[in-house]
Amino acid sequence: MTDTTEDTPKKKKAMSMTAEAAAADERGSQDAGFVQSKHAGHHWSGEAPMFIYAVWYLAFLYIPVMFLPLFSFNDSIYVAFPLKGFTLQWYGDMVDNPALLRALENSVKVGFGVAMASTFLGMFAAKAMTRYYMPGKGPITSFIMLPLVIPGIVLGIALLVISNTMGMSLSLWTIAAAHTLIGVPFAMLVMVSRLEGFDRNLEEASLDLGEGVVQTFLRITLPLAWPGILASVLLTFTISFDEFILAFFLAGNEVTLPIYIWSQLRFPNRLPMVLSLGACVLVFSFFIVTFSEVMRRRGVGPQGGAAI
Amino acid sequence: MLRDDYIAIKNTSKHFGSVKAVDDITFDIAEAEFFSLLGASGCGKTTLLRMLAGFEQPTLGNIYIDGQPQAGVPPHQRPVNMVFQNYAIFPHLNVHKNIAYGMRKSGLTKAEVDREVDEMLELIKLPGYGNRGAHQLSGGQRQRIALARALIKRPKVLLLDEPLGALDKKLREQMQLELRALQRDVGITFVFVTHDQEEAMTMSDRIAVMSMGKVLQIDSPTSLYEVPKVKEVADFIGTINFFDGSIKGKEGDATVLDVEGLGTVRSTSSGANAPTAGTTTVAIRPEKFNLTFQQPNVEANMVEGSIQAAAYLGDRSHYYIQVPGRDAPIAVAAQNAQRTMEAIDADKHDKVWLTWDEDSALLLNN
Repeated sequence: MTDTTEDTPKKKKAMSMTAEAAAADERGSQDAGFVQSKHAGHHWSGEAPMFIYAVWYLAFLYIPVMFLPLFSFNDSIYVAFPLKGFTLQWYGDMVDNPALLRALENSVKVGFGVAMASTFLGMFAAKAMTRYYMPGKGPITSFIMLPLVIPGIVLGIALLVISNTMGMSLSLWTIAAAHTLIGVPFAMLVMVSRLEGFDRNLEEASLDLGEGVVQTFLRITLPLAWPGILASVLLTFTISFDEFILAFFLAGNEVTLPIYIWSQLRFPNRLPMVLSLGACVLVFSFFIVTFSEVMRRRGVGPQGGAAI
Repeated sequence: MLRDDYIAIKNTSKHFGSVKAVDDITFDIAEAEFFSLLGASGCGKTTLLRMLAGFEQPTLGNIYIDGQPQAGVPPHQRPVNMVFQNYAIFPHLNVHKNIAYGMRKSGLTKAEVDREVDEMLELIKLPGYGNRGAHQLSGGQRQRIALARALIKRPKVLLLDEPLGALDKKLREQMQLELRALQRDVGITFVFVTHDQEEAMTMSDRIAVMSMGKVLQIDSPTSLYEVPKVKEVADFIGTINFFDGSIKGKEGDATVLDVEGLGTVRSTSSGANAPTAGTTTVAIRPEKFNLTFQQPNVEANMVEGSIQAAAYLGDRSHYYIQVPGRDAPIAVAAQNAQRTMEAIDADKHDKVWLTWDEDSALLLNN
């Protein structure tokens, strides 16, 4: 009896901590590498106050977000209580809207390109950081990480000025370039934690056994870094997909989904449709980030099980 | 005809910034030799091994393997293979694929490679292990597979970086003998890095004792132990007692000295650069002392003392003997060859006498 009563809050706590970790990523956490340390199950003293705190924390974080899906099923154009009834009309409006689908397509295109470019660059940056000795490693690393701490609006204006000066017309390409700038540090962090997790002797052993640098990368580094690569692709895709400020400054005639949503907020009768769209993006982002976290934590040690 | 200079290391140095990890080393390793690099951590032995493997390039000097200069040759083009300290078994490949890893460019068909892998598994006494995953292996098995993975390449030289360090004592002793037998079977030159002097002595034809990036002495295990050329080597290999002495003169072959705590000592052996006059260091191994409980009838090389501490270890006993005129006790090891209770009851004796042979007292530089 005692066992079960003790067990339940512990389980809940474990669940809430995972959710919290996911939530931290959801908000575009500053450092994907720090989130994972929280989930290890340890002995908990003073369990009750911590549990209450966790519940409050999660409620504060998620209840406002939950209004989105809630009102997206509400049969009224006014976003207000009481609820009028259940409808799928707004979802229907959403899929019948060519401008929206166009924006969605743009976002996916940009997100995919950004995910590929950021992960590619981030991977080699991470390899250089973890494997080679080079002078000025510290400053170079800080330089790569800098876009994370520059306010988006400053970065947006700066990039807009640069584009104009260089005579580049604004398009999805300029958005993708800006998103890659903020995607690379995330990709690099994910890949560094992956590469640090496995023994560099493995790469040396491959060289020693007669494979050159390229073959070693393909036969050893890539397969072992694969979960990290996938995590990085998903994470940077999500970052680009959700990004607003840079896209707002750098968009030409073609807009991405967040900008489309923002433009629709001016029309009150379209608000419910925007809510249903938001709900879809929310669910989609949640699954992608969760999956990327799972991939990132996949063990790389010789025993195959140890988390990084 | 086997080459004496199969590996030739010529005036080789490796500097990391201002640190001279390897400092102007020159020596040869013979073909089919089991050669050990022995030294404390940071002595440069691993750096030297990594230069042989090609992971580090010498700052100065050059290394030749079978007559070929190795400067600028990358690791994957060298005729050497390495067994890493932690074995570096590829975690995403099974045993078979690990062993076959380096055979891609061998020009053999898949069936031929498979057969060679099976032969290797026989050689390392793990037949039928091909489909095991890397994470299903014990430390000893990983070590054998790392060995097979390197040997299947038929390297001219096999480099081993403390490959037994991660194993427990029993397994380590067993692997030492197996490794030695394997080396004789395959006839490949082994260069073995270790900080464990017993391990080096068990397996090696010759040992290079290293310290601070320099080679102190290269010799057979017996010579290193019995006739160390310098004090550092005597100190590093086994236990030894050092005494300060001053040289009085020569009587025939023997040097006559006045030694602190031992009185008059006659010595017929000396290391490199040992002084022939003035002060010197006299070194005597614990087991070279003969411990008696009655006063022996000899003139020189004898001292009277008392037992400060005794440890009975079964096959032998260790004693710490306090002698007048010397602060530190003398370490003495005696075989318990007779089933006498004398050894066990040694601390009942107030007085003991130590004697030693003239050639057991070794003169060294001080």
